[in-house]
Amino acid sequence: MNKPLRRVAIFCGLLVLALLVRVNWVQFVQGDELKNDPHNRRVAIERYSTPRGNIIVDGKAITGSSTTDSGDFKYKRTYKNGKMWAPVTGYASQAFDANQLEKLNDGILTGTDDRLFFSRTVDMFTGSKQKGGNVVTTLDAKAQKAAFDGLGKQKGAVAAINPETGAILALASTPSYDPSTFAGMSNKDAEAYNALQKKNNPDEPMLNRALRQTYPPGSTFKVVTAAAALENGLYNDVDSSTRSPLPYTLPDTSGIELKNEGNIPCKNATLREALRVSCNTVFGKISADLGNKKMKAEAEKFGFNDPGINTPVRASESIFPEDNRPQNAMAGIGQASNRATPLQMAMVASAVANHGKLMKPYMVDRLVATNLNVVQQHTPQEMSQPLSPENAQKIQSMMETVVKSGTGTNAQIPNVTVGGKTGTAQHGENNKDNPYAWFISYAKTDKGTPVAVAVVIEGSDTLRDDIAGGKLAAPVAKHVMQAVLEGEK
Amino acid sequence: MSSTTNTTTIGTIGAPSRRNTELAMLIFAVLIPVFAYVNVGLAKDGSVPAGVLGYSLGLGLLAGVAHLVVRKWAPYADPLMLPIGTLLNGLGLIFIWRLDQEPSLGKAMAPNQLMWSTFGVALFLGILIFLKDHRVLQRYTYISMVVALVLLVAPVFFPGVNGAKIWITIPGLGSLQPGEFAKIIIAIFFAGYLMVKRDALALASRRFMGLYLPRGRDLGPILVIWALSLMILVFETDLGTSLLFFGLFVVMLYVATERTSWIVFGLLLSAGGAVAVATFESHVQTRVHNWLNPLELVNGGVTETAQAMYSFGSGGILGSGLGQGYSRLILGIAPKSDYILATVGEEIGLAGLMAILMLYGLLIERGIRTALAARDPFGKLLAIGLSGAFALQVFVVAGGVTGLIPLTGMTMPFLAQGGSSVIANWALIAILLRISDTARRPAPAPAPSTDAEMTQVVRP
Repeated sequence: MNKPLRRVAIFCGLLVLALLVRVNWVQFVQGDELKNDPHNRRVAIERYSTPRGNIIVDGKAITGSSTTDSGDFKYKRTYKNGKMWAPVTGYASQAFDANQLEKLNDGILTGTDDRLFFSRTVDMFTGSKQKGGNVVTTLDAKAQKAAFDGLGKQKGAVAAINPETGAILALASTPSYDPSTFAGMSNKDAEAYNALQKKNNPDEPMLNRALRQTYPPGSTFKVVTAAAALENGLYNDVDSSTRSPLPYTLPDTSGIELKNEGNIPCKNATLREALRVSCNTVFGKISADLGNKKMKAEAEKFGFNDPGINTPVRASESIFPEDNRPQNAMAGIGQASNRATPLQMAMVASAVANHGKLMKPYMVDRLVATNLNVVQQHTPQEMSQPLSPENAQKIQSMMETVVKSGTGTNAQIPNVTVGGKTGTAQHGENNKDNPYAWFISYAKTDKGTPVAVAVVIEGSDTLRDDIAGGKLAAPVAKHVMQAVLEGEK
Repeated sequence: MSSTTNTTTIGTIGAPSRRNTELAMLIFAVLIPVFAYVNVGLAKDGSVPAGVLGYSLGLGLLAGVAHLVVRKWAPYADPLMLPIGTLLNGLGLIFIWRLDQEPSLGKAMAPNQLMWSTFGVALFLGILIFLKDHRVLQRYTYISMVVALVLLVAPVFFPGVNGAKIWITIPGLGSLQPGEFAKIIIAIFFAGYLMVKRDALALASRRFMGLYLPRGRDLGPILVIWALSLMILVFETDLGTSLLFFGLFVVMLYVATERTSWIVFGLLLSAGGAVAVATFESHVQTRVHNWLNPLELVNGGVTETAQAMYSFGSGGILGSGLGQGYSRLILGIAPKSDYILATVGEEIGLAGLMAILMLYGLLIERGIRTALAARDPFGKLLAIGLSGAFALQVFVVAGGVTGLIPLTGMTMPFLAQGGSSVIANWALIAILLRISDTARRPAPAPAPSTDAEMTQVVRP
């Protein structure tokens, strides 16, 4: 009976071997994957077992941590003026994970990032508890406050950039939400979170409109169209006639006319005049004359059709479409399938203001460890050169005319050169929904150009003409620019 | 077999009894759990737990008494089985006590487990003292069969727990898992039956398609057992026990008859049975589904299967340290019994888990070695049956918890919480020790023959 016994022995050995191989597979090969699986509650327990690092604006933390007694989790996130900063910080919730800066820099904030290895090791030897590092942002608290207060109860967004570096100075979105209300994991937190969801709240307070919502840019896009005209040599002098007819019929259509808002002097207007009063006919014709390819190429230099604009929070892709001629003419005045995020339009203004050079927008200046060692430092990067400096100069002078004596007079700031462009984008089929009021601008002093802003306000239901952008959005932009300029002094 | 290798068979040269080896290892087997106990206490509240003295004395006393009894009544028994059993049982107590520290996992179970362990060791001592020769068990072949059947069928009349009817509830005493005892008793029946029928099964057969088919009257009981194991599965939804019994029977048949065709038969029958049951038993289907999709969310929540996998993964190579894991996350079914390996994996890591699996492997290996060394067919069959059952149980439980095979409700021998399990496994060790003692005991010196006078040298 010994031969089968030996075989049974081998069989039993194989069973044990199979178990050993299996546990090696699970604990060694798959180990990290299982350990860091988002559904593995240990990840969350670990995340909230130490006070989280902070997100810093102007040297002050806009976040904090407080202890809780809610079961597994020791600390929860708190936010100072959460509503105002939510589009910047995102949220970190015990029950609902995290997003935006909180999520992207989770490793630094919780202190588990590999780049913190050194300070963690020091902590281990000195016996102090693991602590998270900080995220230092580029934002300007005063500008953010001006933007948030300026939007007030209206639905809309503001993005402000320093054109010279690409640093984001303000990023406001209304209606907003306070991430503190659902930072914990109690039923109250769940209720607060659910009440904010789109299906329960059509206003979508958790939507980051400055980065994640695209709108038809309306007349503000005429700046890009003008840039395309100059860059492609369609026109060279902004003060000579554009030989534009009025009325202007859309190409390839049986007499569909492109209309202007009101009775404005657009026939054979100069570029400067056309931008000042916002002529649809002139810019529609430019777009049609240049053709879809050239228009698209210029828009893409400004950042359109780029799905990877990371600030590091990713901005939604702004679209300048490939289209037929009549649609392309419409896209040239910021309508049809043309869509842009507020950040994108702020980038347009900033490229013009920065002598045609577009800097990559960013909002995290540096990541620092607990011991204040800099873990990562952002250096401003050039993204593209959509305009030659000469042409940028020309467009600047056109935009400055808009503010001095055109549709954008509401953005004037004493003793400061301001350039801007208004826009009112039609919304919905046959323009039945409330239009979007836009304003993009920049402010220049003798020291430089410290700020470019884009403002969009949804639902300006009473005003449908092109002045809407000037009336509703321009004052908000003005206050943001003023806040930044005061900080500069 | 060469008569000079002392471990496999008997020579007239006395084999070393190895009792001192056993004692030395027992000291480790007691010290390791005691240190583990202190470790858990320090990790949980930063102080040495109050019960450490009592626990060390208790475990030490159990091990010491067991050792003395083995020394006296089974002096040539295998030296490894008792220390391994002690170590596994001791570590099991620590893990259960550690899980008792999590209030969300229900009431404390370690004191009860310690009591059951004491009963288990008492039964172990009783068997060693009163069962002078394992061949006595041969007399109870058919009684064993009846007892085993009664034990197996009994849970049908009691309410099921967690979807499996494997318990009988005795008012005032708690619940018992008769399957654990049936495992040993049915091994006795198989060993007795097969010892008698092995020649008939092996030789009186017709050759058919390259396989030896036995005669119907010899095959009959096998088919009955097969049907029975399926019935257990269907009525009690006890996947583990039916698999265990069927595997046990196939292994013992194969060893008894030395015919590979039995293995083929066994595999065909069990495959057929498994498929048949899986098609209409939703309980089994769920288990298989969970096995194939371990990390799947159910109603947005994480399943226990996934929680166990997360435990293993989070433990990594060295583990989080005793008392520092998050075993409380495995709520629901049996974190202290079926799923205790998940806590082991998390807190002492891959290294510790492999060490524990190696201990099981070693224990199985010693059991099979006992079977090889045994001189009587009954002893061989019984030893291989018991070690085979043990091996299958370890495989089925550990494989189920780690996701190697679908999960079945069985307890990890010695480690898991459960009175019946720990008592039955101590009895199993006792019987194996008894067989190995008989096997390794030196043959009595031949009696001097009165006929044979010393050859005289006749001087001229």
